[in-house]
Amino acid sequence: MLTFTLRRLLLAIPTLLVISLVIFLLVDLAPGSPMSEIPLTVPPDVRQKMIAALGADQPVFVRYFLWLRQFFWVEPATVFDGWFGTNMAGDEQRILSWQSRSPVFTIIGQRVPQTLTVIGTAYLIGILIAVPIGIYSAYRQYSWFDQAGTMFAMIGFSVPTFFSGTLFIIIFAVWLGWFPTKYDTTLNVTDWASFIKQVKQMTLPVMTLGLANAAAISRYMRSSMLENMSQDYVRTARAKGMSERTVVLKHVLRNSMIPVVTVIALGIPSIFGGAIITENLFGVNGIGAALIGAIHSNDIPMVQTLAFIFAVLIVIFNLIADVLYGFLDPRIRYE
Amino acid sequence: MRLKTLLLGAAAAFALAPAAHAERGTDGELKLSFPQATSILNPYLSDGTKDVIAASMIIEPLAGYDENGTLIAKLISEIPTVANGGISEDLTTITYKLLPDLKWSDGTALTADDIVFTYQYCTDPAGGCAQLTKFDGISKVEAIDAATVKITFAAAKPNPFSAFIGRTSPILQKAQFASCVGAAAPTCTDQNFGPIGTGPFRVTAFTVNDTVSMEANPEYRDPAKPAFATATIKGGGDAESSARAVMQTGEFDYAWNTQIPPDSQAAMTADGKGQFVVAFGPLVERIEINTTDPSADLPEGERSTAAHPHPIFSDVNVRKALSMAIDRSILVEVGYGAGGVATCNLVPAPALYTSDNSGCIAQDLDGAKALLDAAGWVPGADGIREKDGKKLSILYQTTVNPIRQDFQALIKDWWTELGVLVELKAIDPGVFFGGDAGSPDTFEKFYADVEMYANDFSGTDPESYLAQYACDKAPKPETQWQGQNINRFCDPAYDAMVTELSSTRDEVKRAELAKKMNDMLTKDSMTIIPLVHRGTLSAHSNALGGVKINAWDSELWNVADWFRVK
Repeated sequence: MLTFTLRRLLLAIPTLLVISLVIFLLVDLAPGSPMSEIPLTVPPDVRQKMIAALGADQPVFVRYFLWLRQFFWVEPATVFDGWFGTNMAGDEQRILSWQSRSPVFTIIGQRVPQTLTVIGTAYLIGILIAVPIGIYSAYRQYSWFDQAGTMFAMIGFSVPTFFSGTLFIIIFAVWLGWFPTKYDTTLNVTDWASFIKQVKQMTLPVMTLGLANAAAISRYMRSSMLENMSQDYVRTARAKGMSERTVVLKHVLRNSMIPVVTVIALGIPSIFGGAIITENLFGVNGIGAALIGAIHSNDIPMVQTLAFIFAVLIVIFNLIADVLYGFLDPRIRYE
Repeated sequence: MRLKTLLLGAAAAFALAPAAHAERGTDGELKLSFPQATSILNPYLSDGTKDVIAASMIIEPLAGYDENGTLIAKLISEIPTVANGGISEDLTTITYKLLPDLKWSDGTALTADDIVFTYQYCTDPAGGCAQLTKFDGISKVEAIDAATVKITFAAAKPNPFSAFIGRTSPILQKAQFASCVGAAAPTCTDQNFGPIGTGPFRVTAFTVNDTVSMEANPEYRDPAKPAFATATIKGGGDAESSARAVMQTGEFDYAWNTQIPPDSQAAMTADGKGQFVVAFGPLVERIEINTTDPSADLPEGERSTAAHPHPIFSDVNVRKALSMAIDRSILVEVGYGAGGVATCNLVPAPALYTSDNSGCIAQDLDGAKALLDAAGWVPGADGIREKDGKKLSILYQTTVNPIRQDFQALIKDWWTELGVLVELKAIDPGVFFGGDAGSPDTFEKFYADVEMYANDFSGTDPESYLAQYACDKAPKPETQWQGQNINRFCDPAYDAMVTELSSTRDEVKRAELAKKMNDMLTKDSMTIIPLVHRGTLSAHSNALGGVKINAWDSELWNVADWFRVK
């Protein structure tokens, strides 16, 4: 298992390097210019000077290698300096966002907590709703509960979040006035009242995303359960006179969880990736909102860095899912 | 326009109400919502209005414009004129006298050195300053004494009010930005995110592209203002959700730039929690006519250049007929509602410079057909008009934008009825306005017969805007397709007027000349087909008083006077 993990990690390095080059070229060759948002009243020669001041007029490979160096040396060195008070990074330039002229990693650091709280909670709640629905739907296949669960999943699957989110806003914020529509990122949870406020402002985005997450996971859970329900060992367990409760929740559920856990693990990078539409809709300043904002304004360093971090996370969580599989299923061994 | 009347009424009502807000920081929190979040609070490094407007609450210029476009003193004791000796007789120098006892929000004194420094900061060649044009023509900025600053121009400058005037040219604190000049400018993150200013508020916290938190500036020059103790700008989302947060849920007091469809405007206004306000600056949505041939049959480097005049638009009657066929009032109704007015002018504001040109407002399809018939453009077998073997077939491009696509569809219908074959094209705005000389789709390259977008000028004087249509400003391959004369319009008589305008000092004569130039480009030659005079639509809650929407400076220009309606 250890050699397998190490081999996979080593293989990930060239993969990630190629990914970083592809992302860089894709982002760079895409049409548009960091200056396209500047009002037309700013004359062309001033625009040229602004581009030069950002270093955006350098050849693409110069910028790529500079970015590589900043990402793999300057940024880690800066973090190290921050922890131990050393001066390894010196005066070297960190990766700067073109839009705000501030270090990209500072922005990411500001945004990850919001994304993790909101999107992470939505994911967790999605799982907590989906697993029981999936189990009971499979146990009572084609019952009214199963039909209702299927409908719920279909709605969650097919209604896009920009629609369900807006619908929730109109019902729960505009008509009923229960929840705010804009997420207040400056709110500090210090006491009971501010905690209630935090819960209130998280409700609508979490509902919107939770619905979508729950829909997908409940379908996986249901089909995995169904597959196991008809297995021989289930019949054996019943024949031995075990209670239905033990059969379903112990024998079937454990085995059914194997693929579902993998699906859940593979979905975790998307928590870090944020939810572009939902974050934008509710004003949650997470990673997704940062990404779309950077794409809109052609902020190449920001887009490049975020996209690469997502790539790293996806590679890592794929590995984690594979390793988890080995732990959960004794039949699978990587030796 | 009804909204404007309402607004005026409301403003009058507030003016009459006794001032119950005579103390600083008594009205709690002011909450503003921006659909585009603030990225930086230093306008000299910003590429967007969102940043400039947010910064205007914190840092201030020497003087600004009020809601009528009149110059008002902010940090100076009076506006310099030739009469009061502030402007020299030969119009080459201007001298500003600072108000006594001006303090930065950190308690230190603002002196003329800070102003000299701001000039050096922006004009440093390595700094990439976005507002460089504000300092055009200046040869020297010097501090005469601690409270007096003198600007010397290289040549006589009839309109010297550019540097340190208006929202894009505020004063930076020398002590704070001294190490941020030139190449170091973009790396000064803390300074750019929390400039020390003289405005009514000061920054307490800033999160990029999200929230600006502010508190009342304890050193603000009027001890009774601002009425609000704190202010927050929350950014992100879209215009619709921003407007909703003010007009329907009442979570915010003010929302900037809430350009939403007319039916949503009406629905939100009906809820009665707030109102939309419109500021009409000089922004005009227009169709630009290509006077040169964009045909793909021409070799690269000759397409859309003066070497080949346009085969069909060389006939002025075609251009006029295209304009006559458009019903601008329907366009306004469909696209902008209260946020727009039909116009026939390139310079639609300020009033002094606006020509009384309204002949195009009424649609005249029959007249347009008759005009084309008389000019020899007659329908061929396929219903498309032609003359000497040339068909009236045009490519009409614009950016990807729902309103613009509606406009394209409507205008295509009218032009098709006229017997014109119209092909539509929509280009990503990042490409269209991106200025990449390698792309065939930039608005400067203009590889189409007509294109539609909006443009305006900054400040209240249209001189440089009108000067863009001089012959030598045409984009061409030799200049990497840079230049603002998008139509490649070229008329020696017009160029002569450009020169005349730059040396005319008398305001009435300037206005007369500007109107003549406007008419020459619009109703006389129809090189430009103006469609809609666009305003910026913002929304404020009925619980917020003192808002005076302003198109000539920051919308938040008088935020110090805003108060909570009790």
